[in-house]
Amino acid sequence: MPVELTAPVTASDKAERHLPGDPDLWFLILAELLTFGMFFVAYVGYRAMETEVFNASQLTLDRTLGVINTLFLLTSSWAVVSAVRAARADRRQQVPRYLAGAILLGLGFMVIKYFEYSAKFAAGISLNTDTFFNFYFALTMIHLGHVIGGTVVLTVLWSNARQGAYHPGNMRGIESGAIFWHLVDLLWIFLFPLLYLLR
Amino acid sequence: MPAILLNPHRTWLILIIATATTFWVGVEGGIGLAAGAVTFAITWIKARLVVLDFMELRHAPPLWRRIIEGWLMLVTTLMLTAYYFGPMVLPHGG
Repeated sequence: MPVELTAPVTASDKAERHLPGDPDLWFLILAELLTFGMFFVAYVGYRAMETEVFNASQLTLDRTLGVINTLFLLTSSWAVVSAVRAARADRRQQVPRYLAGAILLGLGFMVIKYFEYSAKFAAGISLNTDTFFNFYFALTMIHLGHVIGGTVVLTVLWSNARQGAYHPGNMRGIESGAIFWHLVDLLWIFLFPLLYLLR
Repeated sequence: MPAILLNPHRTWLILIIATATTFWVGVEGGIGLAAGAVTFAITWIKARLVVLDFMELRHAPPLWRRIIEGWLMLVTTLMLTAYYFGPMVLPHGG
């Protein structure tokens, strides 16, 4: 009898305390966060040493494009969350639709970044222009690599989801891809204000 | 309750409003050094929402939640320190 009384409590507690995705993936996430965290703090530190340079170069960036890309990534993260929730609720036909939306927004981010880089290169600005652009190109290019990789992952998930692969009995793959995509979003949440806005 | 007030739709809405606020503070600002603190504070709030509601750490084992939230606090504190005290203690370069 006591077993019967305690067992459901343990089960519901376990369901509440769920780490989404592959547990090993979280160590990669942590490694990424620690690395980028050092870059963010280093950026603010270098900015303190060359505030005038950073402020002047920052003004050449197109803030509107930066904010549009922020909205793209936030909304695509929301779409991925919605895809995961649809899979959990066994609404299988909705999963690929949400993922397709997230992929399109990821592609939109790349297109805007392409125009931003092209404009800078056309103006003769590159990684070596000054310390600000050193950080700007290095950080946004590493981040763009993550956007491209994440979009590939989402496309694989989308392809599987069209076959109805994700449902309450098979969540690990879609949860893992979702966590990585949220990391991409999370990093941009820091990069956008640091590079485009901080005065 | 209207769908927009439920997680994660609500989280998305707050993130959009927060982005607009940071944008306004950064562009229109004119509040001098306080703009930095406001920008870092809003960034911390946004990052925390993504971590807790999108990455679902709110319902994850407490250890992982503490590690990631600890990282957020540490990075935010270090950035604030570098922003306000950096100009006083770091050498000025070209």
